[in-house]
Amino acid sequence: MAEHILRGKAFKFGDGISTDLIIAGKYAHLRSNLPELAKHAMEDANPEFVKLVKPGDFIVAGSNFGLGSSREHAPLVIKLAGVSAILAKSFARIFFRNAINQGVPALICPTDGISEGDTLEINLEAGLVHNVTKNESYSFTKIPPTMLSILNEGGLIPYINKHGDLKL
Amino acid sequence: MGKTISEKILSVKSGSDARAGDIVISAVDLVFVQDTTGPLTIRQFKSGNKQTLAAPRRTALFIDHASPSPNRQLSNDHIFMREFAAGTGCLLFDAGSGVCHQVVAEQLARPGDVIVGSDSHTVTAGALGAFATGMGSSDVAVAMSLGKTWFRVPETIGIKVTGKFARGVGAKDLVLYLIGMIGSDGATYKALEFMGSAVENMPVWQRLTVSNMAIEAGAKVGLFCSDDITKKYLKSQGRGQEYTPISADADAVYERMIDVAADQLEPMVAMPHAVDNTAGAKSLAHIRVDQVFIGTCTNGRLEDMAEAASMLKNKKVHAGVRLLVCPASKKVFTESISAGHIQAIIEAGGIILPPGCAGCLGLHQGALGDKEVCLSTANRNFKGRMGNPEGEIYLASTATAAASALTGKICDPREVL
Repeated sequence: MAEHILRGKAFKFGDGISTDLIIAGKYAHLRSNLPELAKHAMEDANPEFVKLVKPGDFIVAGSNFGLGSSREHAPLVIKLAGVSAILAKSFARIFFRNAINQGVPALICPTDGISEGDTLEINLEAGLVHNVTKNESYSFTKIPPTMLSILNEGGLIPYINKHGDLKL
Repeated sequence: MGKTISEKILSVKSGSDARAGDIVISAVDLVFVQDTTGPLTIRQFKSGNKQTLAAPRRTALFIDHASPSPNRQLSNDHIFMREFAAGTGCLLFDAGSGVCHQVVAEQLARPGDVIVGSDSHTVTAGALGAFATGMGSSDVAVAMSLGKTWFRVPETIGIKVTGKFARGVGAKDLVLYLIGMIGSDGATYKALEFMGSAVENMPVWQRLTVSNMAIEAGAKVGLFCSDDITKKYLKSQGRGQEYTPISADADAVYERMIDVAADQLEPMVAMPHAVDNTAGAKSLAHIRVDQVFIGTCTNGRLEDMAEAASMLKNKKVHAGVRLLVCPASKKVFTESISAGHIQAIIEAGGIILPPGCAGCLGLHQGALGDKEVCLSTANRNFKGRMGNPEGEIYLASTATAAASALTGKICDPREVL
């Protein structure tokens, strides 16, 4: 199998990015209209984000990314905005699981060396992030096997539809 | 080697010898959604091949977050939920029933249950000895369909609370102090298990406050053992026969123990914009408040209404302060009316909101204006949480909230008690 490389630019965020910063509760009325909801992704953290992000780009953050609500709309709007992976020093538990269930790679990785706008290449199989701009590489923590099998099917519902059951 | 409460419950529900770090597939005893996550959950459920509920009478839909609905889109989401309930025969708690976590505690949660809900504060039912945790819509949809889910069995941090709380200090101060100490990711992927003499004597309404906020330290569950206090609570809800004793083994293995002396605690406040950004209420006496909000799944119970009413009775809310009070369930509301609490709060100048989540998540009923300051008894003060990133939210106990409503500034309740 050919190696699958994700390539895009980094959008940098700090520590403790809450689900309210990712997609504010005040937009709950748009949750059954996902294209409209996605226009507000990351709005209170970086109001320019949805205008600037391009398909394939990355969110790069500090620790405890996605703390707060269980709203799966958080990884969903990030996915709909075109983001192909989220890199953070650590993730809140529910968000991490939700991201994988939506087929979005959530990678635990040292992120201090990555700056806003850096071009990154991510090799999911090798567990490596290459910072093209800075010519540096970082390795990320392996995704646990249970979650990798869900991610590889594109999310939890496709996984269940294929396998008919939870098979861990 | 002995087991923690989490290991015991997950051993029974997975039919295996579950130990911290294991991946298990566990039976689910109760699954529920609310109206801001429910529609996506139902759509995920409908996109699955299996279109029937594993247990319709142990599947519940709650209309509480936007209740009654403030706009047509959410009204249409509510119609979508009602139609799903009618079509599947699952339980529906429509607008006015109350916040899901309060109703789950009153009517549905049992010690030893595994409960999953598409709301992060599902952890609240840990107060009754249930392994209760919040998940996203896809996981909850699968639990609805298959009646099971997968877990990594969490390591447990033991929180041993000894001594007696001083007057004006209680469960909310304890949990804010704890989160301030360990941080908003201090228990990520872990279980918290509360024990010690102060916990053994703690009534269920306070245990619910503590468990409710376990997620604010990142925890998967916030567990209490079930005991005579749990038994009496279930009996008071007409569910005495649903009691079962659940406790950790004496030689259970904890990742670490944290000791807290209850008598050393003071009224605590979480400052904007993080729950772990805590300080003593006394040190914040200069902060003027525009709005005080008493309610939510954290502090909207009968005893909260009673405490607020007793502090406000025959007094007036400070000029310029809006006091919003929201009983967490219909039961809390009717009992608060019978007891005279609602009358006392209204006469003092409070505004009563219908049972539900109200302004907690910024949809309606108390959104903040620019630069406005709210002191809330809720569990979250993230930037933008109450509908406006320019608003500032402080979190505190019901006693601190009532005292602050009277003085117009953040007030240590011991100064007015």
